[in-house]
Formats: sequence, structure tokens, C-alpha cells
Amino acid sequence: MMAWLETTWLTVWGVLPPEVQYTVWTLTKILAIVLPLMLAVAYFTYAERRVIGYMQGRRGPNRVGWYGLLQPIADALKLMFKEVVLPSNANRFLFLTAPMLSLAPALAAWAVIPFNDGMLLADVNAAVLYLLAMTSITVYGVIIAGWASNSKYAFLGAMRASAQMVSYELAMGFALVGVLMAAGSMNLNTIVQAQSGGMFYWFALPLLPLFVVYFISGVAETNRAPFDVAEGESEIVAGFHVEYGGMAFALFFLAEYANMILISALAATFFLGGWLSPFEGIGVFGVGESLLAEPGLHWFVLKTFIFMFIYLWLRATFPRYRYDQIMRLGWKVFIPVTLVWIGVLAVMIVGDIGPWFGGGA
Amino acid sequence: MAEFQNFTLNFGPQHPAAHGVLRLVLEMEGEVIKHADPHIGLLHRATEKLAENKPYNHSIGYMDRLDYVSMMCNEHGYVLAIEKLLGLEPPLRAQYIRVMFDEMTRILNHLLWLGAHGLDIGAMTVFLYCFREREVLMDCYEAVSGARMHATYYRPGGVARDLPDSMPQYQPSPYRSDSELRRMNEAREGSLLDFVEHFTDYFPGCIDEYETLLTDNRIWKQRTVGIAEVSPERAVALGFTGPMLRGSGVEWDLRRKQPYEVYDRLDFQIPVGVNGDCYDRYLVRIEEMRQSVAIMRQCVDWLRDNPGPVQADAPKVVPPKREVMKHDMEAMIHHFKLFTEGYSVPEGEAYAAVEAPKGEFGVYLVSDGANKPYRVKIRAPGFAHLAAMNEMVQGHMLADVVAVIGTQDIVFGEIDR
Repeated sequence: MMAWLETTWLTVWGVLPPEVQYTVWTLTKILAIVLPLMLAVAYFTYAERRVIGYMQGRRGPNRVGWYGLLQPIADALKLMFKEVVLPSNANRFLFLTAPMLSLAPALAAWAVIPFNDGMLLADVNAAVLYLLAMTSITVYGVIIAGWASNSKYAFLGAMRASAQMVSYELAMGFALVGVLMAAGSMNLNTIVQAQSGGMFYWFALPLLPLFVVYFISGVAETNRAPFDVAEGESEIVAGFHVEYGGMAFALFFLAEYANMILISALAATFFLGGWLSPFEGIGVFGVGESLLAEPGLHWFVLKTFIFMFIYLWLRATFPRYRYDQIMRLGWKVFIPVTLVWIGVLAVMIVGDIGPWFGGGA
Repeated sequence: MAEFQNFTLNFGPQHPAAHGVLRLVLEMEGEVIKHADPHIGLLHRATEKLAENKPYNHSIGYMDRLDYVSMMCNEHGYVLAIEKLLGLEPPLRAQYIRVMFDEMTRILNHLLWLGAHGLDIGAMTVFLYCFREREVLMDCYEAVSGARMHATYYRPGGVARDLPDSMPQYQPSPYRSDSELRRMNEAREGSLLDFVEHFTDYFPGCIDEYETLLTDNRIWKQRTVGIAEVSPERAVALGFTGPMLRGSGVEWDLRRKQPYEVYDRLDFQIPVGVNGDCYDRYLVRIEEMRQSVAIMRQCVDWLRDNPGPVQADAPKVVPPKREVMKHDMEAMIHHFKLFTEGYSVPEGEAYAAVEAPKGEFGVYLVSDGANKPYRVKIRAPGFAHLAAMNEMVQGHMLADVVAVIGTQDIVFGEIDR
């Protein structure tokens, strides 16, 4: 029976022209990335509420389903069936385009993330540039949303968000310049491979300042606490998406969380060796030869989770920055730090300072 | 030449940081505030007018609802004014009970203030920590008066009843285990005084917890240091009282300068700020909580050793005991008269003020000799503070407006009355 199914399937598949085959195969891969991602976003919101709840001495959602596990589903259903209210003075076309414009790049950026060795949708050689481009496009969604809503709060939120995202884009870009100098490539797969050899070979160590700057800029880039002035609840209510409800709001929400997971995944890829095992090549207790040293998808997921948790931890701990203070931090602290460290890095590379840059050159 | 116009933003009354129903019309240049115009009256409930139409005691409950986060202090001001007109002095035990509950109220208010101020500036966790401890104090309110917030506990001539000998306990529930239940009921085995004592033991640790999150936090300091500085001279000229005045470095506290009840017998200190900015006011209030705990502890010790009456021996004002009414005709008549027409207050006028958590809460009473006040005028501390809003936020940014609203500790119940 199985054999018969297999042969039929292969015959049908083989008959298709190669272009169709390619398209179907790519679409399958896209689905295999987007569906788990959407699920991760849904359960990230649940995790956020539970984790922050725990930190604040309360329980969080625990009524819908077992331990509240169906809560994100219930929330999604509620948002889907809610009416999308169009403010009477809003620009209809832009108002509805904005949420899509913010979600699309958040998803598109996932195309170049290597989940495991060679396990990625598009093996682009300029992947770092592609990522910077995609994360920058998100800002258009925010500006257009704030502008099209025709509300002063939304307008202020959009202004703040765009200024903040553009500024931190720079710090982030400089931090990544360090990474690609160290790896000698802009291909994410190669960047991860350049970090192989155990956790002491990861870029987090030689690029520590860049690592910190990158992650903090990532938090600012996604407009999350303590940099959430763009939607600062107590100041400008919800910022650029005050006027949005129902599915239109849900798209912004999805984009924000997808971006958070993206930044976490990127931090893991660039600085913590992606899918590589931390125990690789460690001689103590034979860990280096055991199953723990095997690279794999699970390491990538685990490392991403660490950063996602830090996102929540930050939110529960810190007050919100003021808008001008954020700008000061970005321009006067982060950019100089990254510039200096790029210089230091150049010296390290030229001087073959091991264990990271020795030997090879 | 193009004509440039400032940007006008309606801040509230439907706004997460409006603390109820504050409506601010902000004239802004970008994010910078050029002018702030607070609008009041959205919570006006005519408390003063209502009080003119009912016997004195009926209005005590209205006072709770003025500043609805420092309930008993408001009652205290009103009751003091009546006592002043009547020439009545409550027994010492009642005075200690009042002081203990005043300080409890101060902590209740400052906890809510701290939580809300933190939340306004974005520190979400402090809010929930504060509410955790508020719950315990609310239980004290409930044990003594039956209501968690609007207690109506003080009476001219004393307090409504003596402190209870037992605390209500948590009951078994499918949602909590036996050990958890035991832990929750541990402090509730004894009397209210034991419960309060337990609170005074552990609460300073909680304050340390809040301070860990905020006091040395760089972001918190960036958001509060140097924001809305008020010089001592301006603070006095603007009519500031309470922590707003002390934050500016003026050592003025009615508990010390015009002692009422038993404050002159208690040992406590008045914290004073230096720079008069939001951060100093924050520190002053945090220290006030610590001082309040100390005062509560002294009251607990005194109350434990000194049982006695909690109402003055004034049959016209204070209801008679049930058992006396069974055999004493006089008491029966007093009871009937008191609960139908109330008591008459001699002609005259009086102003009594207490150091409420927000500042000087005063009640000015005019009596024409009837059983109802001729006029009641309430001096709410928040009103003067809100009036200084424009001066405090000018030149600051939009996010600082929120910090200033927080630091002023605005509650609209008392401002609109």
C-alpha cells in the first residue's frame, strides 16, 4: 500500500514541469516556516503573560484550556471576528495598507535565517544586507499607520517610532559590520560556520560590546520596553496603532512579536553560534564527544528562547525611557561604542589574535 | 511667510494616565509643552452642598469618597471640625486608634501613588507589588469597619467601635492547597493588633523591594531627577502642602507643627527633599511610608497595653450602648433623637485640618445652631497642586507631563469634590 502510494506520488510529481515543481516546493518550505512562526507568535504572547505574571506575583491567563493554553487561540478568534473600524477622517487605502506593510517584511526576513546547517529558504550571499533592508521597511508600516489614522496620538507615535527605528538601525548596522568583518562573509550560514569550535569560539566573546549593542538596539528596533515610547501606553495611549482594532490591530501585533522572535533568532545566529552546540570540542567529562555536542535545530531554538525570555524580563523590570533620552542613548553611546569596537576588531583581525582570528589568516 | 501654529493636544479625560478624569489641554511645540491647561469638574458630586442638607453624622461617609485613596484621613478632618465646634475630646484610646488608621491610610495612599507613578513611567511590576501590600491594609479596614475602602469609621467623639479581637480567615478553596491556606492564615490567628504588628514587621522589607526596582534605577532617575523642579519659595507661594512641599525642602508637617490627636506623644521624623524635583518627592514619600510604619508600631504597642472606651461620654452625640438602652429610658430617648434628627451643634465656625497623605486636608464648618451644617468648605490639597500644573510642566516633554501628574498624586475625588 505504502509503496504503491509512493510510486504514484513520484509519478505525478515527475510529470510536473520543473518550474511548477520548484514553485510548489518553495511554497511548501515557506509554509513550513510561517506556520510554526505564527504558532510561536501566538504562544509567545501566552508566555509573555505567564512569565511577566509570575514575575509580578500573579497568575496570568489560566482559565481557557489547560493552564490557559488555549488563551492565544481565543484571543486570535476574538480579534478575527471583530469589526475593523475605519476612522471617518482616515485615509482608507493607507489605513488598511499599513498593517500589511508592517507584517510582510517581518515575515519576509525569515527567508534567510538558517535553522540548521543549510536548512534555510534562500541561501542569499548578501543575507545581512537583506535583513537590514527588511527590518528597515517595517518602519514604513508604522509611519503610514500613524499618518493615515489622522489622530494626534497616532501621529506623535509614528514620529517617535520612525525617529527611533532609523537611529537604532544605524547602531544595529554597525554592530553587524563587526560580525561580517569577523566572519568574512554576509551569508548567515557561513557566519554560523565561522563560529564553530565550541562556545568559546562564538562571536559573543570577541564582539561582546557589539553583541550588547546589537541586542539592545534590537529591543529598541522592535519598540519594546523599555524603549516602547512609540506605543507608550501612559503617554500617547497606544501610539501609532490607537485607531486600529480587530484584525488590522492583530497584524501589527503579529508583526511586533514576529520581529521580536526575529531579533532573538538573529542574535543567536550572529553571536551565539546559531545551531552549533556550546559543548562542541570541550574535553571535560567527554562532553565534547557525547550527544550534547551534536549541532542541531534544538540549539538554535534554545538560544532564541533565551533572548525571547530576556525581552520579557526587560519589560517586567524597567521603566520607560523618555523619547529624547532614547535618541541620546542611540546616537551618543551606542554608535561611538560600535565604531570604537570595529576599530579594535580590525586590529584583532590584522594581528591574528586567537583563538578567534588566529590560524586562518 | 508661512504661519506656524502650535500643536494642541487633548490629554484626557479618557487617557490611561489621566488618573481618573483629568483633562489637560496641552499646547505643544513638537514634543515640548508650551502651555498646559488643566480642566476640572468632571467628577463634581456636590459633596459640600449635599452636606448642608443632612445631619452631621450622615456626611462622614461622603468624606471617604472625596480622596478615595486616603479615606480615613478625610473623615478625620471632618470629624475634627465637628469636635472643635462641639468642644468634644475623644478618649485617648480612640485618638490612638485614629492615628494608627491615619498612618495606615497614608501607607495605602502612598502605595497606590507609587504604583501609579511607576506605571505612568512604565515600571509595571511596582504597581502589582504595591497592590499586593494594599490588600493587607484593606483587610484591616474591613476588619474594623466592614468595608474595604469607604470605611465611615470615625465618629465625632471617637470611633465607631473598638478594634476586633479576631481577624477573618481565608477559607479552604479548590484553588489553594492546605499548606498555602495555613500560610495565608498564619498572621490572622490573633487580633487585629497582632495582624497590624505582623504587617509592621515585614512591610519595611517590601519598601526595600520597591526601592530595589526604582531608587537606583538609571532609567527611573533619568525620568525623575530634575523634572518639574519647584523652589521652596514657589512651593509655599503656590499653596503646596504635604510631600509636594516637603519635597521642595520646606519642613512643614501639621503632625509636627500643629499636633492633633496624639502625634505629640509619638516618635517620628519628617523627611524633607532638597531639589524639589520628582525624584525628591519620590524619596520623601518612600521615607514617609517607613515613618508611618514606625508610628503604627508605637500605636499598636500602646493600644495593646491600654484598653478602655473608644467613644467620649457625650450622650447627645455618641449613641448609647445596646444593653443600657434595655433599661434606661434616657438612653432610649437619646438613641431615638440621635438617629432621627442627629445632634445640634452650637452656633459658630471652625476650621480643622489634618496632614492627609497628599497634604493639608482641611474642613471649614459654619454652624447656625441647627442639626445640619450651614456651610461646609473642604480644602483639598490636590487642588492647589493641580493649579501648579502649568508651571511645573512648561518646557518639559510630553512624557514628563505623565511624570508630573504622577508626582502630584492627583485624585479627582477631592479636587472636584
